[in-house]
Amino acid sequence: MIERYLVAASSYAQDIDNLILLIAVLVGFWLVLCEVVFFYFIWRFRARDGHKAEYVSGENKAHKRWITIPHLLVLVCDVFIIYGAVRVWVNVKQTLPPPDATVRVIGQQWAWTFVHPGADGKLDTADDIAKIDELHVEVGKTYHYELSARDVLHSFSVPVFRLKQDAVPGRIIRGWFEPTKTGEYSVQCAEICGMGHGLMGARIMIETPGEHAAWVAGQKPLSLASAR
Amino acid sequence: MATADITTDAHHHHEQTFWSKYVFSTDHKMIAMQYMFTGMFMAAIGGFMAYVFRMQLAFPGMEVPLFGLVGPNDYNALITNHGTIMIFWVAMPVLIAAFGNFLIPLMIGCDDMVFPKINRLSYQIFLLSAVILLISLAVPGGGFAGAWTAYPPLSAQAQYSGTALGSTLWLVAVALEFVAFLLGGINFVTTAMNSRAPGMKMYDIPMVIWMIVIASVLFMASVGPLIAGAIMLFMDQVVGTGFYDPARGGDPVLWQHLFWFFGHPEVYVVLLPALGITADIMCVFARKKLFAYRTALWTVFGTGILSFTVWAHHQFVAGIDPRMAHIFTVTTLLISIPIAELCFIYIATLYGGSITLSTPMLWALAFVAEFLIGGVTGIFLGASGADIYFHDTYFVLAHFHYTFFPIAIIGTFAGITMWFPKMFGRYMSEFWGKVHFWGTVIPFNIIFIPLFFLGTIGQHRRIYDYTNFPELSLPWMQDLRQLATVALIVMLLFQFIFLINMFYSMFRGKKAPKNPWRANTLEWTTESPPPHGNWPEGLPEVYRGPYEYSTPGRDEDYWPQNVPS
Repeated sequence: MIERYLVAASSYAQDIDNLILLIAVLVGFWLVLCEVVFFYFIWRFRARDGHKAEYVSGENKAHKRWITIPHLLVLVCDVFIIYGAVRVWVNVKQTLPPPDATVRVIGQQWAWTFVHPGADGKLDTADDIAKIDELHVEVGKTYHYELSARDVLHSFSVPVFRLKQDAVPGRIIRGWFEPTKTGEYSVQCAEICGMGHGLMGARIMIETPGEHAAWVAGQKPLSLASAR
Repeated sequence: MATADITTDAHHHHEQTFWSKYVFSTDHKMIAMQYMFTGMFMAAIGGFMAYVFRMQLAFPGMEVPLFGLVGPNDYNALITNHGTIMIFWVAMPVLIAAFGNFLIPLMIGCDDMVFPKINRLSYQIFLLSAVILLISLAVPGGGFAGAWTAYPPLSAQAQYSGTALGSTLWLVAVALEFVAFLLGGINFVTTAMNSRAPGMKMYDIPMVIWMIVIASVLFMASVGPLIAGAIMLFMDQVVGTGFYDPARGGDPVLWQHLFWFFGHPEVYVVLLPALGITADIMCVFARKKLFAYRTALWTVFGTGILSFTVWAHHQFVAGIDPRMAHIFTVTTLLISIPIAELCFIYIATLYGGSITLSTPMLWALAFVAEFLIGGVTGIFLGASGADIYFHDTYFVLAHFHYTFFPIAIIGTFAGITMWFPKMFGRYMSEFWGKVHFWGTVIPFNIIFIPLFFLGTIGQHRRIYDYTNFPELSLPWMQDLRQLATVALIVMLLFQFIFLINMFYSMFRGKKAPKNPWRANTLEWTTESPPPHGNWPEGLPEVYRGPYEYSTPGRDEDYWPQNVPS
């Protein structure tokens, strides 16, 4: 459904889309049913000359059935939706599969800083690569992100991943993603963060292993860059 | 009864000057009018703000007629204050304060609120809060621009927001508004519980009165934590404390909990009066008894209690413990049960009716039809897994406009067109009323359906110019934004028809009798408009419930509450 307009480029993007589709079908059914009955009643019971309305208190069991049965069916739909939502949530937010690499994501007014592990694959070493508004990842690898904010709240949002997580000053929030499609996509800040909030977009480059290695090799290590 | 007579007499002997009648009045009906017209004035400002920022979105960088260039901070201040105004200075004063003040004494059959002077004080504080809010828009640095949710640290520290004075005045205005509604709420609950006409039992109270009373209780029970939170935010802003500053041991997420602990019940605070207005109107114009009155009432109590347990669904991705999300997903989805039940009750009420599509009835029916859309789209956001994606997109924005617009705009117009003959003793024009109805409801859908779609494909909120996001600035997306903006302008223009119809009818409309809609409730048993003291010849007594329409064995298809059996 959403994929027609927005690529699904993470391992869990399709799960989230499917959950949204499940909800759309269930609530769509109730919405259409209610609206159809509602408009039918408005037409069917329009005022006509010499025709008096019925007296229905709705207090006896035979009448109440008309609301209690649908209402129990709504509850059944809720159970399905809760099950689907919890399953997706546990996978995306509550579990951390072992990572192939970790990136550091830092929000500040009004730019994203991404610290990539360099050739050694580890953060906090001499070959770390820090980039402003540019995140480079390799397709098919599991990444952890360490999300923090320097000043106010920000929200790390990658629509093609269907991923969103607020960045909170004073905390490091850990999460994960696994890119499944190559290409260049948008990274947003989804939490209002002041005057430049509307400018706080970054790009994510999802690369094949070869492209990614070439990109890493072409970067000057962080320590050298800052020494100059 | 004797006491009541003495008070009514006292009112009559008292000479009323312009000031005591219109400005320092303690009459609940005058205070209701003050709230209503102040709310409508603020709605005009809030609507104008929507026009300005929608123009910027449709035509980025354009000099907006009647405003000028919209800078990024202007944009943020406009959306912030649009939200704040529409909820705190439009929905609440009109739905709760205006209708509560006007209807409670008239529908329960007493001469005024139990604390008339507290009532007057409530409006005065409310007016002061509105003035402070308007001043905050014009101070150096500009108005507060950190969204109506005011999340710190952005709202707490001027170094990040750049609006030192604007933020603080905004906060003071909101806090004063809360004080005004606490005072009003005390009055509403006390009056409804203590001053009912003899014979009016709990289950004889019209639904709209119950709804306003329950809404007041919800408000009073939920606002405390936020007032504490607001004081801490004020201290952070002004004194430099660090309640929300992690560098000094504070926590920004604390505010979010306090804010939404209030903020979610607040949705029901404004929803319930609109639901009540709708229920009463539907019964009158379908000539039907409300389906399962007692079930409906207990369902509303259930909704109110549940509404205190769902707040963190606004914070799924805010950095809360991920395990906590499950609890709030369950409670949030559960609240769909009472709300669905109410929808079924409303639909069932129409069954077997004799429906006249008068202007108030059109508004009431539109409320149900549109609110359903707002209700079901909330399920996507209450389901934690789907909210990861939808959070802070235009899907959220379209969803809550499909709830708040039916509540604050459709519900208000339903109420005004219903009780206008009682308020002013004259009819509004039905023809122009219907023109205004269609001219409002059709554009409303054309505004927000495209925004649902844009949100679904990833358009995030509170962005003043999408040309900075290549994926979101394709030509057809810009076309949808322009469509929404044009529809908004059309809708705003149609509001002039309402204003002309209202003010013209107030002075020149056809005279209305006591009970133009042939309704059962007590307000229709006194003069239109009701005199000071409401029933100068003596207060009414009640013999039955409010919804005895089309009772078998009676010639008339209505049976007023005050007519002895």
